[in-house]
Amino acid sequence: MAESPQQTASAKSPAPLFNLQENLTADTFLRGLWQENPVFVMLLGMCPVLAVTNSAINAIGMGLATTFVLVGSGALVSLLRNWIPKQVRIASYIVIIATFVTVVDYTIHAISLELYAALGAFIQLIVVNCIILGRAEAYASKQRLVPTLVNSLGMGIGFTLALLSLGTVREILGNGTLFGYQLFSDNFQPWLVMVLPPGGFFVLGAWLLLFAWLKQRRERRILEQAGVSAHGR
Amino acid sequence: MGGESLPYIFLNAAVVNNFVLALFLGICPFLGTSAKKETAWNMGLATTFVMLVSSTSAYGVNWLLTQLNLEFLRLICYIAIIASAVQLVEMFVKKYSPTLFRSLGIFLPLITTNCAILGLALFQTAKEYNFLQSLAYSLGAGAGFILALMLMAGLREKLELARVPTVSQGAAMSLMLAGLLSLAFMGFAGLGGSHG
Repeated sequence: MAESPQQTASAKSPAPLFNLQENLTADTFLRGLWQENPVFVMLLGMCPVLAVTNSAINAIGMGLATTFVLVGSGALVSLLRNWIPKQVRIASYIVIIATFVTVVDYTIHAISLELYAALGAFIQLIVVNCIILGRAEAYASKQRLVPTLVNSLGMGIGFTLALLSLGTVREILGNGTLFGYQLFSDNFQPWLVMVLPPGGFFVLGAWLLLFAWLKQRRERRILEQAGVSAHGR
Repeated sequence: MGGESLPYIFLNAAVVNNFVLALFLGICPFLGTSAKKETAWNMGLATTFVMLVSSTSAYGVNWLLTQLNLEFLRLICYIAIIASAVQLVEMFVKKYSPTLFRSLGIFLPLITTNCAILGLALFQTAKEYNFLQSLAYSLGAGAGFILALMLMAGLREKLELARVPTVSQGAAMSLMLAGLLSLAFMGFAGLGGSHG
């Protein structure tokens, strides 16, 4: 049933903008980790990235919660993609996402009250995380179940890694600890501003600077090699 | 918490616990629409209007849900309210100012996923504000959002003329600026008491 509209669609437009039904490859998973990392490359979902990364354990908790919502809502959207009318799709996606977030909210409340208090309103605010709605609209609503699951999982893990990379730096510098264990001797003077709001902006800015610098260096090297070979010729 | 005066709530939301710079809500539109002062101003006004509408409706809906013992539906109801309010604003802007509609572009429907608005509704519920307090809270949050957006837009317009290293152009520089602004706003901390 899913095949016939596909064929007519591809027959109508000979050069589609992107491949409608993607084949399952390792790239489906890995893209979210690095090449299309939601935080560092696409700059999506910045609010939780900055707000809950003042310690590594909060970062992991938030990352896992988001991953669960991402995979769950992706699966449901993918299964329902032929039944949801186009006009009300965004509203339907939001309701699906809100349902999964409510599940996560009550689950975290039951498992760890401490984590629940630390993450605060940001658990419920997963609903308005642009990554999830963006994935639902751009990927899950067009793909079959299995690629959607794999891709959502990759995106979720990419998001978790990004959160972790901020959380560890901020916790080490601002608190002198990692996952609650003290790293330095008592003489260590914590760099308090790093666990406060401005620290979030600074650390994320620093990571983006590092990536931009690496990219620029790699491009320059490629250019130099091309220049040398052109010269030699 | 019930006895907070209205000016206190307003100032607390606008300056001391600024939604963007202290609570990290609404970062996406903050970075996305702060390139020009005019766009920033219009975006701020649209967001404030949606905040006002959704905050008052959220107050009513929360009362109803509490009466019916259906608190677990709160999140789903709030997001539905916000989506409808944004739809309303979108139709209004499209009808009365097509130029503004075009300049805001994709960011107008994206107000739905602005966490500042859902955050506002959730915080006012958590703090058990009454109707007038909710109103003051939403106006304060809107004013704070406009303030942060305008400050950022002014800085970024100046930055266009500055020569910065090519590596730091774009998002990295904006984040550093936001960090400095946030550092400045920390000076207000302690005026307003507890977090949130």
